[in-house]
Order: sequence, then C-alpha cells, then structure tokens
Amino acid sequence: MRIPTQLLFGAFLSVFFLVLALISLLWTPYPVEVLNISEKLKPPEWQYILGTDHFGRDILSMIMVGARTSISVALVAVGIGMLVGVPLGLAAAANRRSIFDDLIMRSNDLVFAFPSLVIAILITAVFGPSAFNAILAIGIFNIPVFARVSRGAALSLWTLEFVMAARVAGKGKTRISVEHILPNTINLLLVQGTIQFSLGILAEAGLSYIGLGAQPPTPSWGRMLADAQTLIYTNPSLAFIPGLAIVAMVLGLNMLGDGLRDYLDPRLRKVRQ
Amino acid sequence: MLHYLLSRIISLLLSLAVASLVIFFVIEIIPGDPASFMLGLNASPETVASLKAELGLDQTPMIRYFNWVSGLVVGDFGISYTYKVPISELVVDRIQVSLPLALYALLLSTAIAFPVGLIAASKRGGTADFGIMGFTQLGIAVPNFWFAMLLVLFFAINLRWFSAGGFSGWDTGFWYGIKSLTLPAIALALTQASILARVMRSALIDTLSQDYIRTARAKGLSQRRVLIKHALRNAMIPVLTILGLQFSFLLAGAIIIENVFFLPGLGRLIFQAIIQRDLIVVESVVMLMVFAVIVVNFLVDLTYAVVDPRLRRDG
Repeated sequence: MRIPTQLLFGAFLSVFFLVLALISLLWTPYPVEVLNISEKLKPPEWQYILGTDHFGRDILSMIMVGARTSISVALVAVGIGMLVGVPLGLAAAANRRSIFDDLIMRSNDLVFAFPSLVIAILITAVFGPSAFNAILAIGIFNIPVFARVSRGAALSLWTLEFVMAARVAGKGKTRISVEHILPNTINLLLVQGTIQFSLGILAEAGLSYIGLGAQPPTPSWGRMLADAQTLIYTNPSLAFIPGLAIVAMVLGLNMLGDGLRDYLDPRLRKVRQ
Repeated sequence: MLHYLLSRIISLLLSLAVASLVIFFVIEIIPGDPASFMLGLNASPETVASLKAELGLDQTPMIRYFNWVSGLVVGDFGISYTYKVPISELVVDRIQVSLPLALYALLLSTAIAFPVGLIAASKRGGTADFGIMGFTQLGIAVPNFWFAMLLVLFFAINLRWFSAGGFSGWDTGFWYGIKSLTLPAIALALTQASILARVMRSALIDTLSQDYIRTARAKGLSQRRVLIKHALRNAMIPVLTILGLQFSFLLAGAIIIENVFFLPGLGRLIFQAIIQRDLIVVESVVMLMVFAVIVVNFLVDLTYAVVDPRLRRDG
C-alpha cells in the first residue's frame, strides 16, 4: 500500500521538531538562561546559525527549548482531553439515551459555547500565568472534543455483530467498552489527537505571546514573538524564525492528521480520489 | 416550527444560566477573597474590609450571585475598581471597536471563502483546487498574531499604507476608522477564511454527489446553474454552523489581535483588567462575551430552520 506524500511530509515535519525538542534536553548550542549582552542582536553567521536576540541569547537554542515547551504543553493537554474525554464518551455510548448520556452531551455543548481563549484567560487571571495553567486551560477544552468523537465512534460499534456476540457471552458494558469498543476507536482518536495537538501548539503560542503561558526565563515561541514585536522597527528579522517554527510545526501536524485519516480509513481513500 | 423555536429558547436560557454560574464560581474559588486579591499583598485589613463592603462582598455567595445576574439583566455591570466608572460605560466605549472589528473580519472571511470554496469544489482535483487546498492548509497553520506582525511590517513599516496600531475613534471619520481596523481585520480573517473555504468545498462536494443533482444535470441544466441554484443552498448548513462557531473564535482572537495593534476594544479591556486584578471587569466582560457567543449560536440554529424546511416541519 502506497503511503501518501501528505502523510510522509507531515510526519517528517512533526518528527523533526520532536527530535529538536528531545535534543534540547541534553544539549543546546548555547545556554538559554544566560544573558550575554555583548553578543546581542548578532545576524545569522557561523557562530550563531540563526543569530542572537536582544539579550544575546542564541536563537537556535531558544527555538529548540521553545519546541520543548510547546510540545510538552500541547501533549499534556491532549493527554488530559483523552484521559477524561474518552471514558466519558464511551460511558455515554454504552448507556445511550440515559440521563447520564444526556448530561454529558449537554455539558459538552456548553463547553463548546465558551470561547476557549476567554476561559483560558479567566483561568490564568484567577490562578496566575504559568505553563501549568496554560496546559489546564487548553486541556479542559480537549475533553468535550474527545468525548464527542469517542461517543460517536462507539455508538456505531455498539450496533455491530461482534459486540452483540460479546453481550451474549455475558460480558458487562464496561468490559465490552474496554475490550471491544476502545481498540476499534483508536484510529479515530489518533487522528483527532493529532489535530488537537496542533491546535494546542497554536493555543500555547497565543497564550505565551500575551504573557499568560510559560513565564521567562523559560523560552517559548510565543514569548519570543512578543519580544520580537518590541524590536520590529529596528530588527524585524527577529520576528521571522519563531513564527516560521510555529507554522512548520502546526502545518506538519495538520498534514500528519489528514494523512493518517486518509490512510487509516480505506473508504475515505476511495472517495477522495 | 414553534416546537423547534421553543426548544432552542429553553436551551439558550439554560446555557446562559450555567455559564453565569461557572464564571461566578471560577472567580469565587480564588484563594482568599476577591477584595484582598484585588488590593494585593500589602493592603491593610481596614482597606480590604472597606472594599469588601463597597463591593458587597460581605454578603453570602447566593445573594451576590443574584445581585450580579439581576444587575447584568438590566445592563448594570457594576463599577470598575481601577477605572472608578460603571463597567457598562467602559463596555459601550470598547464595543465600538470590537464589534466592527469582528464584523469586518467576518465579512472579509466570508467574501474570500465563498468564491474560493466554490471554485475549488467545481474544479475538484484540478490545479486550482490543489493550489487552494494548499493555501488554506497554510492559512490554518499561521498564528493570527504573527500574521498581524508581518502585516504591520510590510504595510505599516515598509510601505506606510496603514498605521502600525492605535485607533483614533469614529469621530475622526468613518473611513479613517475603517482604515485603522483593516490590518487587524485581515489578520483575524486569514484563519477563518481558510477554514470556511475548506468547509464550503467539502460541503459542496458532498451535495454534488447527491441524486437530485444528477437529476438536475440530466434535465440539461448547466454546471453553473446546478451549482448555484441546487447545490449551494443545501451546502449551507455546515457552512452556517462553522460561521457561528467562528464568531467565538473571532471574539477570542480579537483579544490577542487588539493587543498587537493597541486597539482599545473589549479584548484589551479584559486583558488590562487581569493585569490590574480588576476582577469585576473580568467577570462581567467574560460573561458578556459568552453571552454573545451563545446568542449567535442560537441565531444560527434559527437560520437552519430558514435554510432547511425539513427542520421547520418536524420540530
């Protein structure tokens, strides 16, 4: 089976940033916490491949650690969404048309009605700005997304014969949900997870740009852009690299998600041609 | 139709009630009490006590909640702690920037997305479709605040066509106001237009594969006539849903974009209120935004009934 170019390209970009983030755990070209004013605002050259910022910090090192910040915030936020949302969605599907199902779906609608960024801002207003609160704010909005996706997928699975067979064999609703329904929703959850991951990267960048995400000295792409904005008249080039990093990462994840969806669902593959 | 309308109104009121409860209790669970939070660490107990009395914080949460909500209903949002003016005055002032900005961006994104989605769907699989899909993929990946910075760089700093930020008010003239909202609106519209164009395209493609479209083609109608007369209307439901959802993204996006361009809108008000710990402003303006989103989605639900007659009949 041929792997689509979109999937390959998306996977390449995503893995590239993941590797960059992992390397930053062990090594960066320069330390990111140390200010070196005498080396400030250097243009890209051999010594500093991407140049330095207004504090003399190496941009490449900042981008590497920034990738780590972005990825960890978005990843944990997706994790929260999956860990809470999927069990809720599966339980709702298992008890279809019960009060429980209704309650879960109504509260989902309600969370959707809130502009997520407004609530993120509310949370950080109350608990103070930090990477942890950014994760919490983004994670809360992932819960209804995963609840909805897993409920939808589970509902159609519950009507199939193999689930019926499991019921006849005497298995309970919880056991069927875990042993038979969940494994068959993994594909969908993987695709949705990739999409939420990319939205999480964008949300993290936005929050840290307005100063409500990761706090200095922790480098983050959004924070770098906020710093670059104050220097946009004198050093406009500072604004390019962090922005391009965000675009490349998000683009990669979106293409990975779309590619996975097409690849994992043979029916879609046929329709799309 | 009446049944449909009634069920929508009930769910609208329920959403508003729950939303107000959530917002109230999020502000309520702040460690310590709002008054000492607002005054900071070094405030004397007397100052805290007098602010508490001033804000009515000495009453039970139940009473405060009902005071707050009944105030909201009649347009009394309370008094801003930092600005010392009624919040409703601030809101009226700021909404003159935020609302035109959101509508401008919505208009731009619709004006771009509709024809683009239509072209992509009708030339499906062709070069134009491929190019449009690639471009929208990119548009979704670009953070709007970064795009805003690039716009400032090229159109304000290099070309000097627009100012880099600020808003002089509508008194200086309608076109002047529009001009200062143009770059922010473009920045907000990019992502929305990309999403909308993709939804438009896939909705149209779905509709075009229906049997009645084949019938219309078999009758001898031209491709263009089928597309515009038969397919477009039926593709509108998903497009309308996304339009409704986008309103909340526009509101939220405006918080960031208003900060990039130093626009005195609601987003900037909320943002400054957070920094100044002006919790009453945060509480009321967040409620106002959620109210706007819920009402817009309610209106979208009603337009479904207009677009799709089946909804009117079945209820």
